[in-house]
Amino acid sequence: MIKFFQHIVIWLVLLFLYAPIMILMVYSFTDSTMIGTIKNFSLQNYVTLFTTPELVEMIVGTFALALVVATLSTFLGTTGAIGAFYSKKRTRGAIEIANQIPVINADVVTGFSICILMIIFFKVRKETFIPLIIGQTALCTPFVYLSVLPRLKQMDHNLYEAALDLGCTTSMALRKVVVPQIVPGIISGFMTAITLSLDDYFITTYTKPATFDTISTYVVNATRGSQTEIKTALWALSTLIFVLAALYVVAQNITRKKESK
Amino acid sequence: MLTRKQLAIPYAIFLVLFVVLPLLVVVYYGFTDRNGNISFENFLGFFQNGKTVGTLVYSLAIAFLTTVFSLLLAYPVALIIAKGAYSQRTKFLMIFVLPMWINFTLRITALKEILTLIEGNLAKYQFFNTVLCMVYDFLPFMIMPIYNSLTKLDNGLIEAASDLGANKLQVFFKVILPLSIPGIVSGVTMVFLPSMTNYVVLDMIYNSTYIMGSLIGSYFSAYDWNNGSVISIVLLLIILGITLVSNKFAEPESKAHVAP
Repeated sequence: MIKFFQHIVIWLVLLFLYAPIMILMVYSFTDSTMIGTIKNFSLQNYVTLFTTPELVEMIVGTFALALVVATLSTFLGTTGAIGAFYSKKRTRGAIEIANQIPVINADVVTGFSICILMIIFFKVRKETFIPLIIGQTALCTPFVYLSVLPRLKQMDHNLYEAALDLGCTTSMALRKVVVPQIVPGIISGFMTAITLSLDDYFITTYTKPATFDTISTYVVNATRGSQTEIKTALWALSTLIFVLAALYVVAQNITRKKESK
Repeated sequence: MLTRKQLAIPYAIFLVLFVVLPLLVVVYYGFTDRNGNISFENFLGFFQNGKTVGTLVYSLAIAFLTTVFSLLLAYPVALIIAKGAYSQRTKFLMIFVLPMWINFTLRITALKEILTLIEGNLAKYQFFNTVLCMVYDFLPFMIMPIYNSLTKLDNGLIEAASDLGANKLQVFFKVILPLSIPGIVSGVTMVFLPSMTNYVVLDMIYNSTYIMGSLIGSYFSAYDWNNGSVISIVLLLIILGITLVSNKFAEPESKAHVAP
């Protein structure tokens, strides 16, 4: 009986989470412009998605930005975590508090404050992309830091000392001994940074060049407009993103299983 | 020669320049007027204006309801995945967390289409729709931390309680719930604040009322940095309050060790 209730709860919540996405997926393969009307199978949405220059530019731009930001964040977060881990308690404590600020702060406030500092105070032009990249990096780096740190705690520290004793320079020992041991943390930090950048709306709106759009800002503008062609092409986009995310999670599961074996 | 400690220098500089300094600049703008003179006008203006105070109350109400409903949905789900009859727990959790990978604007678009189909006119139930969309958006963020704290919970404690004569309800209220409070607290902090500030959700479902985030948005569009900063400072104070309260509960290590 209790088992039965457990199934009901699980499936109802799954239905709530997935029904909208699934229905949109189904409708992305039809030529209807509204949910609820039954029409014919069509791939028009996917054709529109990949042949409208505006849409292609927006998608490529979003992913390029995410890659740049994630790379920067991974570099800063990883070196920051290693450095802080071996620093004095007070230095590490200060870094950890500052690191926590973007994590708990509201994205609106982070975006607004970066905008004030960079654009109003330092007068950096939005068109340089610098405020945008720095803003998103400020949001993403703390999460890289937080995913690298646990790996450092688990590491065998004698190996580093041994490497030094055997004649490695510090930087060699770091590259050959420390980094390989924390690679899983670095990778998961990088992936978190990618998702955060892809998902970000607020920092982007406040710091982006006027002519540049990411998926988030584009979708929000598109829902205000009345272009049904664009609207249904976005259904195709969310289908593709969902499939990619699902594939990534499945792949991750398989590699994890191999690791544990 | 390079030492390990020095690796922290780039990030430390970055944190000072782009995390701490922006907040100081916001405080500076909040306490000055348009000409750069020190003034408390902006702050007094915020608390004397019925509209802005009303917005604060409205967003607190939205955030409160969103948090409560997310918790009511997320807790049973987390409990069932962590302690229930299912065998492949991590895979199950993955399924619940997977939607987080899809851009939130696309997810809200999906939900909006469904709601339009059911309700016809979204404007009729603005408040309800807002809370619903927020819950939909933030639910995974509530499930994750609760699940994590429940998996850390020692099954031996549950068995001991039932061996000593506690019934299922007693086990839940006296053992499971108290020990999962750190998870609940971190889930609440992850949901409460975004639902006070994520005004895009309101925009997308045509809720014409404002929440705290939308105030920043509208001051931003009006190039009113001073008043925008005031809203940011009010939000920062709320964040500080939440953090102070949640730190009191966030000692999972020390509290989990009930047994010697």
